[in-house]
Amino acid sequence: MSTSSTSTALKEWPLWEVFIRSKQGLEHKHCGSLHASDAPHALQMARDVYTRRQEGVSIWVVPSRAIAASEPNDKPEFFEPSGDKVYRHPTFYDIPEQVGHM
Amino acid sequence: MYTQSFNVPEPGESTASAGLKAVPKALNAQEAALQAQFDARIDADGKVEPREWMPEAYRKTLVRQISQHAHSEIVGMLPEGNWISRAPSLKRKAILIAKVQDEGGHGLYLYSAAETLGTSRDQMLDALHTGKAKYSSIFNYPTLNWADIGVVGWLVDGAAIMNQIPLCRCSYGPYARAMVRVCKEESFHQRQGYEALLVMMQGTQAQKDMVQDAVNRWWWKCLAMFGPPDADSPNSVQGMRWGIKRISNDDLRQKFVDATVPQAKVLGVSLPDPDLKWNARRQAHDYGQIDWDEFWATVNGNGPCNKERLGTRVKAWNDGQWVREAAMAHAAKQQQREMKAAA
Repeated sequence: MSTSSTSTALKEWPLWEVFIRSKQGLEHKHCGSLHASDAPHALQMARDVYTRRQEGVSIWVVPSRAIAASEPNDKPEFFEPSGDKVYRHPTFYDIPEQVGHM
Repeated sequence: MYTQSFNVPEPGESTASAGLKAVPKALNAQEAALQAQFDARIDADGKVEPREWMPEAYRKTLVRQISQHAHSEIVGMLPEGNWISRAPSLKRKAILIAKVQDEGGHGLYLYSAAETLGTSRDQMLDALHTGKAKYSSIFNYPTLNWADIGVVGWLVDGAAIMNQIPLCRCSYGPYARAMVRVCKEESFHQRQGYEALLVMMQGTQAQKDMVQDAVNRWWWKCLAMFGPPDADSPNSVQGMRWGIKRISNDDLRQKFVDATVPQAKVLGVSLPDPDLKWNARRQAHDYGQIDWDEFWATVNGNGPCNKERLGTRVKAWNDGQWVREAAMAHAAKQQQREMKAAA
């Protein structure tokens, strides 16, 4: 018999994030999360929960705890440095009209 | 299926925590700045995402509303599930299974959305199973015959869609995204119900009478699904301020009545309200008084099926205990095997 603390830990199936490729040629896109005991189980659940109407041709499941995410509070420091680099966009450059599309 | 206005305080929850009469604590400078940022985002119709700062009352309101919504989807499977084995044809049985499976899926999308706010699945299920959490009281009425299943699709899901469409624009990102998915699927629910009734209305007099009888029993309960009149919904103002609620209870109810009257005409049934008539001045239908005492009695646990629904739900959960444990034991064993093989 396991100790009471392990049985509490085992109580809830772990959380997985689900990514779905809606059709061949497109990227996998995050569509939600679910609880499952292991990876094959998570894949099966993802099929039932997120692709009941042929929404996908391929599924990834990733343990939620394996995802590293940027901190919401870091937004300015983390993303702003690219804000003043307008020269990274093609529209920064004036090209004579007679050149046409470039 | 659900109603956005059915966001009632649960036992043990003070109204202050629901943000109703919250006496604001003195905020320190940092909190005040965060609050100002949050307000500005809401005013600009922006979205709030998980792990971002949000007022505690906003978080609590969302946890309560989204979990009540999820519970409603799960309990909503029960009145219809009862009819799977008795559906009149293989086609209707397949349709009903798909619909009930959708409701289960909707519950899962919503539980996931609520979990992003820091609550756990176990906590939410525990609240449902101990009777602490509410769910839409429409499911505490019985589905007496096959016509009820059609009417549940047409009217109950119809009312739910009316409620749920504005939630697709809710300020909390995960809830809004879950609702987009739910609404896409819900449209099939309403159409299949209406179509099942159309077929019955081409049948014998007895079948037509069954449809009319079911409409008579469900109509007023569906109107009550939109929640108390605006004047008696102090919750609504704060919900609107936060961009959680977009359209008031009475406005949604009016939209539902106006949309349903012509549908009833095509179907060939009457709606059981002598006061229901077109008001040319308002360009809308007038309708009679809703029995709010009955509504609140059902919300507070005294509807015809409250005990049965919760009992069925708890039994299903308890009966599934060994499956959940076995799945975890299997996963642990597989993992150990892999580790041994790698060593």
